[in-house]
Amino acid sequence: MAVDKLNICVERGEVFGLLGPNGAGKTTTISMLCTILKPTSGWAKVSGFDVVKQSALVRKSIGIVFQDPSIDDRLTGRENLYMHANLYGVPPGEQRSRIDRVLKLVELEKRADDLMRTYSGGMRRRLEIARGLIHYPKVLFLDEPTIGLDPQTREHIWTYIEDLRKAQDITVVLTTHYMDEADRLSDKIAIMDYGKIVASDTPANLKETLEGDVIMVETKEPEKLSSILAGTVGIIRTNIAGDEVELTVRGGKALLPRIVEAAAKNGVFVESVSLREPNLADVFLHYTGRAIRTQSGDELHGLSAIKRRAIR
Amino acid sequence: MTELRGIYTLWLREIKRYIRDRARIISSFVQPLLWLAIFGSGIRFSSQIGNLTPQQFIFPGIIGQTLLFTSMFMGISVIWDREFGFMKEILVAPISHFSVFLGKMLGDSTDAVIQGIIVFALGLVFGIKLNMLIFLEALPIMILITFGLVGIGLTVASFMESLESFGVIQSFINLPLFFLSGAIFPITTSGPYAVPYWLQIVSRFDPLTYGVTALRVIVLGGGEWQTQTYAPPFYLDLAIIVGFDLIMIIIGTLAFSRRK
Repeated sequence: MAVDKLNICVERGEVFGLLGPNGAGKTTTISMLCTILKPTSGWAKVSGFDVVKQSALVRKSIGIVFQDPSIDDRLTGRENLYMHANLYGVPPGEQRSRIDRVLKLVELEKRADDLMRTYSGGMRRRLEIARGLIHYPKVLFLDEPTIGLDPQTREHIWTYIEDLRKAQDITVVLTTHYMDEADRLSDKIAIMDYGKIVASDTPANLKETLEGDVIMVETKEPEKLSSILAGTVGIIRTNIAGDEVELTVRGGKALLPRIVEAAAKNGVFVESVSLREPNLADVFLHYTGRAIRTQSGDELHGLSAIKRRAIR
Repeated sequence: MTELRGIYTLWLREIKRYIRDRARIISSFVQPLLWLAIFGSGIRFSSQIGNLTPQQFIFPGIIGQTLLFTSMFMGISVIWDREFGFMKEILVAPISHFSVFLGKMLGDSTDAVIQGIIVFALGLVFGIKLNMLIFLEALPIMILITFGLVGIGLTVASFMESLESFGVIQSFINLPLFFLSGAIFPITTSGPYAVPYWLQIVSRFDPLTYGVTALRVIVLGGGEWQTQTYAPPFYLDLAIIVGFDLIMIIIGTLAFSRRK
């Protein structure tokens, strides 16, 4: 079972992030909400419409940017947008101005009349986002919006998404397996793993549940160090990962010198130490008991996989 | 209104893709040209059919063949769209699957009929007596045959997982429909040169038989050939072609409506 008894509520105007590793069931969830897949049980409503019984109404009120490319690369950017406008019943009189506006939003005005096959991966993605906005959707679904893109383009797309919600009354549901993306964009995050929601809250609250900082100590004898440190006041949790001991602590700054001191006193050589505030990766680890699987690109099939690689 | 605009935009897309693919347009008349020039010059029928030369006799058949092969080939666009993800964009749009199928069918049919018209014009090179009136009569028949044939191509393709498997299935469908239609040899029904009885019967189940016969009546005129071969009356040809179109539109819409 790809998705098992989810219970999610997304408020109007919010950016909701569905965070999880590849294969967690994010795309399946989105597909059901977009009426592409039929749920085997349960119900869902999107902008007030039932996804099974009122699928046509749902489709009219949503915009989708799929994980895999879904444009016609033999047509120009503008032609793709016109086609979308016609498919979604945008009045002919308004099509031109709306298309010009979304093209401007994603900075593709100059390339709009070139064939899509000449676009780079990032440009295609931007055009797909623009396309998803032409029919003024109430809810915009973004399935892995920046997968396989370079850091600059990702930054660009994040800025668009942020600007977008400032400019329009729109609810955004996005899926991602990138911690930084979820952290930066979402008002609320649901962490998903093996088809279930394991935690759901604001990014700040999620991090706060960890109630502490993270100290990483690199040493040749991690087991010995962790037994030395056992019982030290302020250490909440100890975790060994390879050559590193990961400590979740209260008051990290004050504790750091004590830890190094204790190690030196017991003859354990410390190679390096680092201190940081908790991030979503720690949250994920906390809830699922393992690090997020970060391999990317393995959800693509067939020609689209080849294509995606070619775009990179 | 939304549905109509959806159909229109899908139709327009197919046309644009076709027109931009120059290689396909240029290569489109090479195969029929070879059939008419080489096969048409070389073949001898065992009995004289009316007062027609074999080349004249097969000419309407080669138009039918072009429509058939092109129509079936159009099915590839379905697989292509699915592989490149564009199918998802169409299927989540708020228009009915009937409109999606119809838009695609009309677009692909237009492309196939354009190919048919090119072959029709080739007839002048081979000394077939053609004029504007014959063209205007033949065009609707060509369009009607094409609808159903494109319907087969799209429906079959919607069940195929890959381009390769579609390629194999395609020739399984193309060749029997082509050979059985009487396109390149007369389905003679009487006399010492009658084709085997089973062949006469099976050819009646081939929708292309009626298309080719109707085209023959228009292009070559009626005559003795109609009594020598299996040639149902024109009104029956027309009725069967239209019926075939309607059935394929229904089946195609159902095939496109499957939610996986």
